Amino acid sequence: MVTVYLPIAELSVNIFIILGMGAAVGFLSGMFGVGGGFLITPLLIFYNIPPVVAVATGANQVVASSISGAITHFRRGTLDVKLGTVLLFGGLAGATVGIWLFSILRSVGQLDLVISLLYVVLLGVVGSLMLWESVNALRRAAKNQQVTLRRPGQHNWVHGLPLKMRFKKSKIYLSVIPVIVLGFGIGILTSIMGVGGGFIMVPAMIYLLRIPTNVVVGTSLFQIIFVTAYTTVIQATTNYSVDIVLAFILMVAGVIGAQYGVRVGQKLRGEQLRALLGLLVLAVGLRLAVDLVVTPADVYSVVSAGIYR
Amino acid sequence: MTRAALMFLALLVLPVRAACAQEDVRPEYEEKMEIGISTDEIAISSDFRGADLTIFGAIDGYDPSLLAQGKYDVVVALEGPKDDSTVRVKERLFGIWVNRRSMTFELVPESYSLSSTRDIEAIAPAAALNGIGVGIQHIKLNPVGFVGDGSNLSEFRDAFRRLKESGGFYQRDPGGVQFISASLFRATVRLPANVPNGTHVVRAHLFRDGVFISEKALPLQVMKTGVEQMISNAAYDNPLAYGLLSVLLAVVTGWLASIVFRKE
Repeated sequence: MVTVYLPIAELSVNIFIILGMGAAVGFLSGMFGVGGGFLITPLLIFYNIPPVVAVATGANQVVASSISGAITHFRRGTLDVKLGTVLLFGGLAGATVGIWLFSILRSVGQLDLVISLLYVVLLGVVGSLMLWESVNALRRAAKNQQVTLRRPGQHNWVHGLPLKMRFKKSKIYLSVIPVIVLGFGIGILTSIMGVGGGFIMVPAMIYLLRIPTNVVVGTSLFQIIFVTAYTTVIQATTNYSVDIVLAFILMVAGVIGAQYGVRVGQKLRGEQLRALLGLLVLAVGLRLAVDLVVTPADVYSVVSAGIYR
Repeated sequence: MTRAALMFLALLVLPVRAACAQEDVRPEYEEKMEIGISTDEIAISSDFRGADLTIFGAIDGYDPSLLAQGKYDVVVALEGPKDDSTVRVKERLFGIWVNRRSMTFELVPESYSLSSTRDIEAIAPAAALNGIGVGIQHIKLNPVGFVGDGSNLSEFRDAFRRLKESGGFYQRDPGGVQFISASLFRATVRLPANVPNGTHVVRAHLFRDGVFISEKALPLQVMKTGVEQMISNAAYDNPLAYGLLSVLLAVVTGWLASIVFRKE
């Protein structure tokens, strides 16, 4: 067993387990085009990394896993910088509020609980939706039915809001209010949960804001990189909880795993894979839920105020 | 290397007193105690798995007849840096376990390693030990803020002691102090594997027939060394630079990966 000491988490871990986690989540994120933060953070918590460190380090890891995708989209021109900047405005504000909430929750001893609860809800919802959608797709494929998607481009209540702005690249004329609100919400999730939030932002941009699909992924990655980078710096300065050693091991394994994930993902059938990912996400959520309900080994815990040394 | 750094030997040159003349003038004995360690600084690396620290000491001005009967007891404690400590208790709320009640104790040592000539409960009555705060069961645990009628005070104090002991932060060794000659003693205290960084205090207490008579304290600086500690120091001392470096590392890693794998 090759152990490595994590200076901020203050514990020794088996480096192969961390590499394995990073590679596995990187593989999945490459295969499905997701950031993977929503899997990395719970896995770290299962491996006894303090949730405070897991969340802050997860945000740092997402920077690395999102950057190559963003570079690609920028080169191809499938990135709306103006729309991304408006999203980013909301995102930075959300992350600031989120870290403030994070510090308060930490000082009253409810942070671990809130992180777990948010993950149980998030993973439960995302996993169920993935499973539902992929099972339906499989059924349709079996019956040879046509896929009937609601077409983007139709108007809904969102398009009646004021403060409209023209986004040339996206070829859309849209109120900035829902964009900022969406960015704000994702910013809070980034800071409290250590996720990029792409798996919520992408569907919301397509179905709610009716933004053309070709610019959605690149633009969300643009927002994710800056918000996760900002969150990393703010977490480091307010909570001292970014473990650079842990983050580095995860990101190296992650970016390599992602490359293989992309290749495998291109060869295999999407619906079955999405069903599997849905099941995995549900399993992780369930495991967190069980930990909340099962009687703990010791109901007492002690923390020193000297976390700030 | 760690072990080597911890090999302490301190021999004190004892001031030899001319005891002959004093005996008839002053039947009361005024015991004095001196202690010594070879260093006031210990450097430990991150692979530190705990070690023993040896402290030498001498009692001076003792009553030879009491000493012969073994009526003198020495208790040596290594107290870690002090900080406020909060104990929380989880209770079931809507089916899930939630931290509900808590109590914060003011400036308690993060680590505490006790060594004595015999079980300290046998050395002095509990009230005396409480008074000077010597022993894991007697260490001063003063709650911060309003605690109501104080009925749950002992619940939290007991939980605190139990958690600190099971975590290895608080330790005791009821045979760790041994007399190596009539008045010279050697105390061995354990530095736990997770010993906190900072200023510790070696505190020796002398008891005569159950009565506390003298105390001596020496500071001991525990400094963690190595790459891991450098990273940890950077994170706490230069958090902005550390955070920016973490981001830079992520950007470079992601960017390099996109270059390396681009051709395929």
